[in-house]
Formats: sequence, structure tokens, C-alpha cells
Amino acid sequence: MLKFFAEYVTYTLIGLKHGTHLADAIEFFIYDTIKIFLLLSVIIFVISVIRSYFPPEKTKKILSHKKVFIGNILAALLGIVTPFCSCSAVPLFIGFVEAGIPLGVTFSFLISSPMVNEIAVVLLFGLFGWKVTAIYIGTGLLVAIFGGLIIGKLKLEKWVEEYVYTFHDGQEYEILRQSFIERLAYAKENTADILKRVWLYIIIAIGIGGFIHGYVPEDFLVRYAGPGNPFAVPIAVLIGVPLYANAAGVIPIVYALMEKGLSTGTVLAFMMAVTALSLPEMIILRKVLKLPLLAVFVGIMTVTIIAVGYLFNAIL
Amino acid sequence: MEIKVLGPGCPNCSMMEELVKKAVKELGIEAKIDKVNDIREIMKYTMSTPGLVINGKLKHAGKPLPSLDKVKELIRAAV
Repeated sequence: MLKFFAEYVTYTLIGLKHGTHLADAIEFFIYDTIKIFLLLSVIIFVISVIRSYFPPEKTKKILSHKKVFIGNILAALLGIVTPFCSCSAVPLFIGFVEAGIPLGVTFSFLISSPMVNEIAVVLLFGLFGWKVTAIYIGTGLLVAIFGGLIIGKLKLEKWVEEYVYTFHDGQEYEILRQSFIERLAYAKENTADILKRVWLYIIIAIGIGGFIHGYVPEDFLVRYAGPGNPFAVPIAVLIGVPLYANAAGVIPIVYALMEKGLSTGTVLAFMMAVTALSLPEMIILRKVLKLPLLAVFVGIMTVTIIAVGYLFNAIL
Repeated sequence: MEIKVLGPGCPNCSMMEELVKKAVKELGIEAKIDKVNDIREIMKYTMSTPGLVINGKLKHAGKPLPSLDKVKELIRAAV
């Protein structure tokens, strides 16, 4: 169906000749664009409905009775499905601490949330297939679980800003009730909202796939950051840490890097460094974390992401 | 009517404030709109910002933001 439509537009409407490079590129571009946008709409809609059942208040309740390790795993999983605006990081952090959730578990949640991003999931699935997608989700969870466990083990509670511990009113927040119809309506709005924000990035990403493919010399990047260079992963991560883009923004770069022959592990590590560690988020977290803890957090994340990059370069 | 928009200051929170202002204007209602930045004040109501409090009651919390129509409906229901 999609294929037929893409062919129809390319050869009948635009009138390009079969077999030319341009025609191939345009057909590929049309096909992929429609495919990705369909996938995005459906998956984001479904995720939005699921998310409406996991407001942060409920997540807090679930996590407040859990022990370390099980708590870290659950927190990492909930980080994926709990919707929260980056501006919520501070009240959320305070709420978690106040509910007696261990610091390490709280961090597992805070790490997995930006790390496993639904837009990235859809794009990876549409452009690279389910294998890379599963690896992306799996590694994101691993980094969140182990990052949180390590932070928990280090006993860094003293480096949380003191005022965070003064919120001991043990407040239970009201969870606003929603009917199923309301959830669907929210999901629809949310999907439209996300599509509005990311469509341009996605078209650029697909454009890179369709048009740059085969045009740019491959050896330049590969010589410096390809599989032959044992330092490719740390270099990619160190470049990625100060860079900041949302998951949709980084996908065109990721796609281009993969096309140019960088190893999957190196590219995934780069992507995680860009999306999970960002200056705006650090500035927000600085309100609840003292500088040493913030530094430990960034350090652990950097090291774990590098480890994940090596791991996947080794097994793929 | 007293309306509070809860948010420590991020694009979503400003969007929420704009929504509320627009809704109030279109409904032609007299309302005092406060933007609440203080984390203690915010946490009296919710952990998920942006939040919307009308006459002391939490009406919306977190992402995704409500639509303009939904905000109007919430305000109208509280009149």
C-alpha cells in the first residue's frame, strides 16, 4: 500500500524515470516519511494512553514500599512510562525523598526517564529495525538501574540540599481522576503536540538517509571514530555530554553517523550522552543536589554510557 | 475567582499561563491569575508541574497540558 503510493508519487505524479538515483532517493524518502509518521502517531498515542495511568503521584506510591535493587528496576521501568516535564524534576525529587524512597532508586527513575525516549524508540524502530530498538531500550534500562545502584551504594544523602529534607509533611497527593474518553482525548492532543514539535527533525533525518547516503566520503569519520579506534566510544561520549538536543533532534545526526560506518555501540553511546546529560537538566537538578553529588551523577552516567558503548560494540 | 498556575519556570509552565489568560479573557470572567514559582507553595498541591489550581483546588497536574477548551471548562465549572 505505502510502497504503491510512494511509487505512484515518484513515477506518475512527479514523472521521474525508473532506476535513476534521484528517483530511488525520492521514492525511499516518501515511503519512509509516511511509514515513520504513521508509526509515530500510533505509538505515541498508545504510549500517551498508558502514561495517563502512571502520574508521578502513583509512581511515588509504588516506589515508596520497595527495597533497593527491586526498587531500582521498578524505578527504571516507571521512568519510561511516567510522564514528566523537566520542570517537574525538582518537586518530583523532593516528593520521592519525602516518601522515603532511597536516593539510588530515585536516581534510577531520573536517569531512565530522559534516557529511554518514545520518539527515539519509534525512529530507531522505523529506521534500523527492532534489534537496535530493543538494544536501545535494554541499555537505557541497564544504565538507569546500575547508575542508581552505584549512587545508592555511595551513600551520598549528605550532598542533597538540606531543605529537601524539611518537607516532612508526608503529604499524599490527590490523583486526578480521568475517564477513559478523557485519556483518549489527552493522548490525541499529546500526539499532535509532539508531532508538531518534531516533524521537521524527522524529515531531516529521513532526508539524510535518502539523499546523503552514498554521497559523503565514508573514510573520514571511520578513520577517526570507526571500529578500528579503541577510543571511539569515550570520544563520542565526551563530545556528546556537552551537546544537548532532544531525542528527535539527535536522530538525524545518529542516522548520519551510522550511515558513515560508525559502530552501533559508539553511536548509541553518543546518543545517550546527548539526550540523558544536558545542561538545562543539570541546572534544574542543582536546585536539589549539591555540586559534588551532581558531579558524581554526571561522572557515573558518563562512565556507564561508555561501558554500554563498548559492550555493544563487542557483541554486535 | 482565584487561579494559580504552578510551575518553577519552564516553557510548559509559561504555555499553561498563556492558556489560562486566554481562557479567562475569552470567557469574560473576573479572575486573579497568579504564577506560583515557590517550590513549597507548589508542593502543597502537587509534584507534577505545570499545575492548575482554581479556588484552592487542584484541577490539572503535569504533562500533557490541557487544551484551551478543557481549561475553559474547568474555569466555567468553578464559577
